[in-house]
Amino acid sequence: MKNRREFLKTAATGAVLLGSQSKLGLAAAVEKHVSGARSRVVVARDAALQAHGAQLDQQRVLALLDKAMAAYTGHKNPPEAWQSVIPRGKVIGIKINGLGGRGISSHAVLVHAICERLQQAGVPAGNIIVWDRNARDLRACGMTINTDRSRVRCYGSDTAGYEDQETACGSAHLRLSKILTRECGMVISVPILKDHNMSGVTFSMKNMYGVIDRPFLLHGNNCNPGVADLNALPVIREKVNFTIGDALTSVYQGGPVFQPQHLWHPGTLVVGQDRVAVDYTAWQILDRKRAEAGMSTLKADGREPRYIATAADAAHRLGTNNPQHIHLVEV
Amino acid sequence: MTLSSNTGKLASALVVLVAMLSVTGCKKSKVDPFPASGAIAGWQKTSQTRTFAAKDLWKYIDGEAEQYIKAGVVTTSTSDYKYQDKLEAVVDVYTMGNTAGAEKMFSVSSQSKGAKSVQLGDAGVAYAQSVSFRKGPYLVHIVAYEDTPGAPEALMALAHGVDAKL
Repeated sequence: MKNRREFLKTAATGAVLLGSQSKLGLAAAVEKHVSGARSRVVVARDAALQAHGAQLDQQRVLALLDKAMAAYTGHKNPPEAWQSVIPRGKVIGIKINGLGGRGISSHAVLVHAICERLQQAGVPAGNIIVWDRNARDLRACGMTINTDRSRVRCYGSDTAGYEDQETACGSAHLRLSKILTRECGMVISVPILKDHNMSGVTFSMKNMYGVIDRPFLLHGNNCNPGVADLNALPVIREKVNFTIGDALTSVYQGGPVFQPQHLWHPGTLVVGQDRVAVDYTAWQILDRKRAEAGMSTLKADGREPRYIATAADAAHRLGTNNPQHIHLVEV
Repeated sequence: MTLSSNTGKLASALVVLVAMLSVTGCKKSKVDPFPASGAIAGWQKTSQTRTFAAKDLWKYIDGEAEQYIKAGVVTTSTSDYKYQDKLEAVVDVYTMGNTAGAEKMFSVSSQSKGAKSVQLGDAGVAYAQSVSFRKGPYLVHIVAYEDTPGAPEALMALAHGVDAKL
């Protein structure tokens, strides 16, 4: 059994090897970080998104996505924007999060918008897989299960299965979803922003708890270093390299389950390739809302998401949590 | 003391023990807190009841499970409901190891701003879209997905229906 130091060394080495094959890999990220370039994070808002009740306006969501992608990539033409962040000829996974049930899960309207733009960017429909832990979670997001390759596919790890061989992750041994390991060449993380009673915040990196068979094994010490260790696994570090963070609605207290009394509609997307910077930004958004509601910060509440700093440390090098190194673009 | 009298006493003790276990055991296993469709005016039960043992609770609420386990949850059952085709809700019933466990978890859910005390079980609170109450070792959360006119009243009616079955 590998100890923690060996695990991290192996994870980092594997990531560098894998990263050398992609412009979005760790090697590029590390180079950018070391050279002093800042990680770009876009926060795109549409305050009127939910003006007509609980139903999100499909066209407005698409417009918001386009605005976010244009700000992130510098390409105003949506297909060009998407082509600049996705590899050619690969199966693109969209890992959503339906754990919170119908009330607080990644929104289908956003997922459909992403699928539409991916296809316009040249990705065949059958090369897109929308996925999560299981069919129930996917349905909670409003998705329809489909394994037909002539259309966008949508199924859970309960259908695809998990690898037989366990992977060491810190002190835990767990099995990874075959959708991640075998089917996808790249995965876009589409988490839903939530308060989390243990980890403080659940967003891009915590979304990866849905790609393993026994996530509770990584819950110790407020998910720290569990979240960072998991994201440092080479296959996750390399393949899951873009986040379209869903903060269209959110819960700012009492999560990760649906708490209607703490439901909030930020009408926001948080977009970036640096998952640590994305999560750091999401944490600030959540804390600002808590302050507005007269609540203590997550840190004061004893739930500071310390895994974010761990993910940025020298052992994990998954990105930056230093606001001086984050180029925040608000549109 | 003879062997036969010892055997007799042992047998009697066993009978009493089995009787006690069967009474308490049956009471818990036979409790079905979920009102059937139509039992509460306007409410339809729209899914089968799913029950999770403590060790499997993560499959249902993952990160939320730990605090229930620490408080001694034994099982959790859940079912979906629909009210007159205009309101959908989920009913979660947590069977804790004892009343103290239910009190502990109830205190977590009843501290939020806007909680209104209601007459349900041993103690209850209501919000615009949810109702929570405890009764003995049971903790019940009923949450609506929509914030529609009449939702609080409809949720309270469903909650009373669950309360009556516990």
